[in-house]
Amino acid sequence: MNIFSYERASDANAAIALKKAGLTAKYLGGGTNLVDLMRETVEQPEVLIDVTQLPAEIEQRADGSLMIGAAARNTALAAHPAVRSDFPLLSRSILAGASAQIRNVATVGGNILQRTRCRYFYDNAARCNKRQRQAGCDALEGFNRHHAILGASEACVATHPSDMSVALVALDAVVHLQGLAGTRSMPLRDLHRLPGEHPEIETELQPDELITAVEIPPLPFASHSTYRKVRDRASYAFALVSVAAALDLDAAGRVRDVRLALGGVAHKPWRAAKAEAALKGQPANTDSFRAAAEAELADAVGLRDNAFKIELAKRTIVAVLDELKGDNA
Amino acid sequence: MHFIINGEAIDVEADIRTSLLDLMRNTLGFTGTKKGCDQGACGACTVLVEGERINSCLALAVQYQGCSITTVEGLAANGNLHPLQQAFIEHDGFQCGYCTPGQLCSAIGMAGEIKRNIPSVVTGDLSAKGIPIDELEIRERMSGNLCRCGAYNGIVEAISEALAHPTVGPIEERARA
Repeated sequence: MNIFSYERASDANAAIALKKAGLTAKYLGGGTNLVDLMRETVEQPEVLIDVTQLPAEIEQRADGSLMIGAAARNTALAAHPAVRSDFPLLSRSILAGASAQIRNVATVGGNILQRTRCRYFYDNAARCNKRQRQAGCDALEGFNRHHAILGASEACVATHPSDMSVALVALDAVVHLQGLAGTRSMPLRDLHRLPGEHPEIETELQPDELITAVEIPPLPFASHSTYRKVRDRASYAFALVSVAAALDLDAAGRVRDVRLALGGVAHKPWRAAKAEAALKGQPANTDSFRAAAEAELADAVGLRDNAFKIELAKRTIVAVLDELKGDNA
Repeated sequence: MHFIINGEAIDVEADIRTSLLDLMRNTLGFTGTKKGCDQGACGACTVLVEGERINSCLALAVQYQGCSITTVEGLAANGNLHPLQQAFIEHDGFQCGYCTPGQLCSAIGMAGEIKRNIPSVVTGDLSAKGIPIDELEIRERMSGNLCRCGAYNGIVEAISEALAHPTVGPIEERARA
């Protein structure tokens, strides 16, 4: 690990002012990913700006929306009564991730901005376009069981590892940002980028920008939602495929509204917009669920070790929608 | 850097890069806490910070200045084993013992989470007031602690028994006393 200096920021203004000191400064949340990356020398910040003292409140407003301070710990968000009752897919996605020890420490902002767990990204002896521009990619023809099937490029087939972000994207969450140029906000689904020719640029954030809060707009039918994660062992493993879903049926059993997002399949949390469009107005049954899943995965591309994930994603979508439909009956 | 470890105030100088785990083991001599993977995968380094379980290997010590930390050395009181330690012995909750300090601290942190009604991914009704804690809940909640000897059955039995014991739970107050 390289030598660095450590600063504890008392508020967002102080954090951003410290970032001004140099581009090699990094914001530090719980550190569960960044400290590991520093130990592997993948990250070598000269300044660490501890932002865990920034607002961590979780507040539900009268309209049902939720405002979450970016320093809120993952455990606190998963356990919050309003999240459990109104947005259960969010509680379940967080609880499906990592271990209790890590969730107790990891922040909401840090969870969103965690890096891929592609083993070639972590291995300094391997080629990785994300670590070193135009170095090549050893995952393309290497061990790529956990890699992307949607939206990947010749340059990068890594996946975004967050479970929480999959649920947040399904919920149309908005991230509030603050930087030297002021404050702005954007939908979370626009924050992460597909790799294209620049896998080293993972988000639309400016270098000085900090996530200060995450906002979830009201969505009454999200009380009827869930998150299913398929992985190589029953607990404490990253997703092969995950599905976050909320389903709203009318009295005739047709899909009035639906939210669907996938994890473990792409460089970003993947909002399944094609499947949602295919489902709306359709009778809620296994045939329409399967057709929607086929539409979403139509462009999927399998690699040597992960082609099974295409069918796995389809079946998991159908299973989750079947489950939610059954709960409705 | 200033810490309260097992109820004792400690001031220590350390390299800025030092993890909480290395600070305790190498600098302060609290070698009960073990280093397994050093990357947050095995849980051998689990300690309690303000009563909450964390992986000390992924924690930069500098981030935890001023905090109250409990290690396995802080579990016994007045020469008596903590009821959870006694239960591990009675149920053969270990073989080589290397993961045991982490298992113990993790289970005590878990008991506090259960008292605060924090759910797990296998909890059926997220809005239930009291979550029933069965073997499946314990195994899920303890999944951050690996045991390569495979003493899991004994570990789960020991924890099940200790959870029914009145004094298991957040132990910070006792550690400070």
